[in-house]
Amino acid sequence: MEASLYFLQQVINGLTIGSTYALIAIGYTMVYGIIGMINFAHGEIYMISTYVVFIVIAGLSMLGIDSTAFLIVAALLVAIVVASAHAFAVERVAYRPVRGSKRLIALISAIGMSIFLQNYILLAQGSRDKAIPSLLPGGWQFGGDGFAVNLSYMQVIIFVVTLVSMTVLALFISRSRLGRACRACSQDRGMANLLGINTDLVISMTFVIGAALAAVAGLLLGMYYGVVNPYIGFLAGLKAFTAAVLGGIGSIPGAVLGGLILGVAEALTGAYLSTEYNDVVSFGLLILILLFRPWGILGKPEVEKI
Amino acid sequence: MKGKLLPAFFAAGLTLLLGASVLGVQLQSQGIDTVVMVHGPLTWLGLFAAAVVVFAYQLIKGRVQRVREKARQGSRFRLPAFLENPAQRRLMIALAIGALLLFPFLAERSAIDIATLTLIYVMLGLGLNVVVGLAGLLDLGYVGFYAVGAYTYALLNSYFGFSFWEALPIAGGMTALFGYLLGFPVLRLRGDYLAIVTLGFGEIIRILLNNLTEITGGPNGIARIPEPSLFNLQFARRADEGYTSFHEFFGIAYDPTHKVMYLYILSLLFALAVAYIIYRLMRMPIGRAWEALREDDIACRSLGLNPTAVKLSAFTIGASFAGIAGSIFAARQGFISPLSFTFIESAIVLAIVVLGGMGSQLGVILAAIAMTLLPEIAREFNEYRMLLFGLIMVLMMVWRPQGLLPLKRPQMELKRG
Repeated sequence: MEASLYFLQQVINGLTIGSTYALIAIGYTMVYGIIGMINFAHGEIYMISTYVVFIVIAGLSMLGIDSTAFLIVAALLVAIVVASAHAFAVERVAYRPVRGSKRLIALISAIGMSIFLQNYILLAQGSRDKAIPSLLPGGWQFGGDGFAVNLSYMQVIIFVVTLVSMTVLALFISRSRLGRACRACSQDRGMANLLGINTDLVISMTFVIGAALAAVAGLLLGMYYGVVNPYIGFLAGLKAFTAAVLGGIGSIPGAVLGGLILGVAEALTGAYLSTEYNDVVSFGLLILILLFRPWGILGKPEVEKI
Repeated sequence: MKGKLLPAFFAAGLTLLLGASVLGVQLQSQGIDTVVMVHGPLTWLGLFAAAVVVFAYQLIKGRVQRVREKARQGSRFRLPAFLENPAQRRLMIALAIGALLLFPFLAERSAIDIATLTLIYVMLGLGLNVVVGLAGLLDLGYVGFYAVGAYTYALLNSYFGFSFWEALPIAGGMTALFGYLLGFPVLRLRGDYLAIVTLGFGEIIRILLNNLTEITGGPNGIARIPEPSLFNLQFARRADEGYTSFHEFFGIAYDPTHKVMYLYILSLLFALAVAYIIYRLMRMPIGRAWEALREDDIACRSLGLNPTAVKLSAFTIGASFAGIAGSIFAARQGFISPLSFTFIESAIVLAIVVLGGMGSQLGVILAAIAMTLLPEIAREFNEYRMLLFGLIMVLMMVWRPQGLLPLKRPQMELKRG
C-alpha cells in the first residue's frame, strides 16, 4: 500500500512537470512542422518569460497589490506579450535571412541565438538565483497511515491550465483561418504561397504561438519552483525537444504525450534511482527512440521524395 | 515613404519593448525579498536612442541594401597573391613553422603556456572542422569527446600507471569508439537530430563524470596528472625510480620552464600533424566524399556512396582528434574536473569553426588563435565573451556563411532561375 502510494505520488509529480514540458514542446514541434528547423532559442524564450513573470509579480507586490488572481493574470499577459515579441524578433533577425540556405546554416544561427540570449539575460539580470514567495501554497493530502499523497493546488492548476491551453490550440489549428493556413504551410510551403497565403506571416505567427505557450509554461513552472536563473532555459529546451521527438516531431498531440511520458520517466528515475540521473535517462530515452522509431510515437515515418 | 512608416514604428516599438523588459528593469534580492529595480534615466535614454536608430534604419533600409549590393559586386576579399602560388605558399608555411618552433626560446613562460592552450584549441577547431565544415554535420557535443580523451589519460594513469605516450593512442581509440557508437544510430537520420543528440551526449558525459565519484573523483576531479616524458626523460626536478630527468641528462640546471616549453613544442607538433592529416584526407576519396555528401546527399547515393558510412568516418575521425587534444589538455593542466568540459567549450570550438570558414584550415587556425588570445589581451572582454560568440555565429550565418577565409576551389555552378 505504502509503496503504491509512493508510486502514485511520483506519477503525479511527473505528470506536473511533464505537462509543462508539453507546453514548451509545442513551440518546437510547430516550428519544426512548418519550416523544418530546430528552434534552439525556444528554451531561452521560456527562460525570459519566467524572468518577466517574476518581474511583474515582484513589481506589483512592491506597489502594494496583493490580489493573487490579479497578480497571476497580469504576469501571464505581460509574459505572453514579451515572450512573443522576443520570438518574433528572433525569427526576423536570425532565422528569416537564412531560411533559403542549407539546414546547417540555420541550425548554427539558431544555436548562436540561444547562446546570445542566455548570456544577454545573464549580463542584464545577473547569474544568481532569484526567488519569489509561493502565491498559492497548500494543497490536498489523502491516503494511508504510513505515506500521504500530496496534491498541491499549484499542481492542479498546472494540469488545468495545460489542458485548457492545449484545447484552445487544437481548436485554433483545426477551426480558424490562420490555423488552416498553418496546416497548409506545413504540408507544402511553396504551394501555400502560390495560393495566396502570406507564408511569412504564418511563420511569424507560429513562432508567436510557440512563445505564448512557453510563456504559460514560464508562469506555471516559475510559480511551482519559485526560482529562476539564466540557465534554466537550456535544459528545459533540451527536455522539451526530447518530448517533441518522443511523441513524433511535427505532431501536436505527440508533443503532449511525449511531454507526459518524459515527465513521469524522470520522476520515477528521481524516486527510485537518483535525481542526478534524470537527464541521463531522458537523453537515453531520446537516443533509444531515435534508434528504433525515429518518427516518434504518434508521428508518421517521413517519406523522402526526390 | 508612407508605406514604410508603419513597419518602422512597429520595429521601433518592438525594440523598446524588448529593451525595456530585460534591460530597463532588474530583479534584485534584498534579504529574503526579491524586488524590482528600475534602471536610471541613462539606461532609458539609451533604449529610446536604440528605438530611434531602428526607426531610422527601417526607413532607409532599401537604400542601404542597394549600396551594399553594389559594394559586394565591386570587391571581394582575396588571399594575397603570394599565397596563391604553391611554391611560395610552401615557403611561407615553412617560415611560419620555423617561427613557431623558435617562439618558446624567446617568449616568457606565461606566454608559452597560453600558446599551448591556443594550440589545443587549434587542434579542436581542426577536428570539429572535419565534422561540421567538411561533412556538414552539426556536432554540439564535441566537448564530450574532449572530456573522454582527457579522462582516459587521467584514469589510465592514476589506476594503472600508464604514461602519456602509452595512454595517448588508447585515448584516441577510445574517443573514436565513442564517436562510432554514438554516430551509428543517429547518422542514419536527418542532420538535425545529430545536433540535439550530440548536445545530449556532451551533457551525459559531464553528468556521469560528475556523479561517478568512486571512479572519476566527481566534482573534485583528478589531480597530479604527470606531464609527458621525452624518450623516458622526465621533466620533474627529481625523476621517478629508474628514470632520468631531463636536466640531469643534459647536465643543465633545473628549470620548470623546460616543461612548459616541451608541452608547447609537443602541442605544436600534434597540431601540425592533425592539420597535415586532414589536409591529406581532404584530397583522398574519403575527404572528397565528405564534401560531396555535404553538398548533395541524393547525388552521392546515386553514385554509390554509402552516406551513413561516409558520415560515420568523418564523425569518428573528428572525435579521435578531440580525444588526442583532450589528453594533451590533461597533461598541460595536471588537473581535470568536469568543470572544464561544459557546453560552453563546445560553443567556443563551434564559433572558431564558423568564424574561420567552414572547411578552411587556415581560417580555422587563425580563428582559434584570435578566439583564445582575445580574452587574454582584453580581460574586461571576458564577461562579454559568450555573448559575442553567440552574436558572431548568428551574424556570420546571416552575412557570410562561408566564413571569413572560405575554402576556395575552382568550381562551376548551374545558375538557377
